[in-house]
Amino acid sequence: MDATLLSGVDLVTARRPIGDLVAAVPDPELPWVTIAELGVLRGARIAGDRAVVEITPTWSGCPAMDAIRDSIRAVLGEAGFGTDQIEIHTRYSPAWTTDDITEEGRLKLSQAGIAPPRRPAPEPVGATRCPLCDSTGVRQVSEFGATPCKALMVCKSCLEPFDRFKEL
Amino acid sequence: MTSRSSSAVGHDRTDDRDPLFRYVLAHADDNLILAQRLSGWISRAPDLEEDIALANIALDILGRARMLLDYAGRLEGRNRTEDDLAMFRSEREFTNLLLVEQPNGDFAHTMVRQFLFDAYQRELWDRLCDSEDATLSGIAGKAIKETRYHLRHSGAWLIRLGRGTEESHRRTQAAVDGLWRFTAEMFEALDTDRQLAAARVGVDPSSFEAGWERCVQEILTEAGLQIPDHGFARLGGRSGFHTEHLGLILAEMQWMQRSYPGLTW
Repeated sequence: MDATLLSGVDLVTARRPIGDLVAAVPDPELPWVTIAELGVLRGARIAGDRAVVEITPTWSGCPAMDAIRDSIRAVLGEAGFGTDQIEIHTRYSPAWTTDDITEEGRLKLSQAGIAPPRRPAPEPVGATRCPLCDSTGVRQVSEFGATPCKALMVCKSCLEPFDRFKEL
Repeated sequence: MTSRSSSAVGHDRTDDRDPLFRYVLAHADDNLILAQRLSGWISRAPDLEEDIALANIALDILGRARMLLDYAGRLEGRNRTEDDLAMFRSEREFTNLLLVEQPNGDFAHTMVRQFLFDAYQRELWDRLCDSEDATLSGIAGKAIKETRYHLRHSGAWLIRLGRGTEESHRRTQAAVDGLWRFTAEMFEALDTDRQLAAARVGVDPSSFEAGWERCVQEILTEAGLQIPDHGFARLGGRSGFHTEHLGLILAEMQWMQRSYPGLTW
């Protein structure tokens, strides 16, 4: 890195706080929802000339976590942090739960046709509303769907298939 | 997973290493090998929903293996990554249960194997949620909730198959008969288990055998299936003595990294 360039810290403080930058990173599978709204982002701070970000995994094997790490690096890189000035830590404790998804995140899921997880997360049985016609007459086709976090549903009223975000 | 380093290949199995490292590694190996087995069903399951379900379960289990391998690598302190531990250990260094390395067989064999393991994982992670080790309890907090989904799925299949047609019942009973001898190993307490249980970090598996039996008996009864009455048990996986199947799994899983160490894509 050219020594005459501003350091990442200078650039960030001149523009937006690091927390805002990282919070706006989208989920790769659900790009209308941010990692802050999903509850994946546990913290972001500046330590000396380094950006330190803490995230927590959603479902154990979700490949989105690798993509999220890459996106955080990209955003911080654009803000002027060098590769060796970015630290991303994974925090397992306390474990992520779908209760960590914010109200805004739930609303966005619903608007995108995905039934949001119920809160507090129960055993996944019981009523879900169809995100398209709001009917409660729905049927679960499979508890495992296109991504680890979703179940396959179908609405008995409007007959449309839809995804449900599984409680965890 | 991508692999970066092949320099830290270890062949020693000295028992003076951190008991927590060996404990975490054994549970990582259970999940890694079962994930590899389940992946063999992708594009071959009886229907599309089941194909997706098995892939999802494999992915959860692989993710669990990755978290545990990563933690084991950090505990060991020899700069081995999750990939090094997965790709550059040989058969004798794997300490997974014999159950998880058994072949997929027919769909009944896969589901019975899954059910017996899921019931074990539920008891294990439920207790490890209270581990004094924050990383282990954090992983457990996630694993227990995912395991409930897996167990509900495999348990429902056992009932469906057991009470289905004469043929599905026959095949499922044959799977129970064939796999039962690998279940005793799950509850064999090693020195490591006892040591870590005393420190409230791990759990002695013999302490939850009764809970596992209750769950298994309940589902098998509902499915109209019988537990074989022979007391024959195969042990050895936790000490690195495996059935002939593990070597073949590793040959397939590791050959790319063994042939081209450090290869990434």
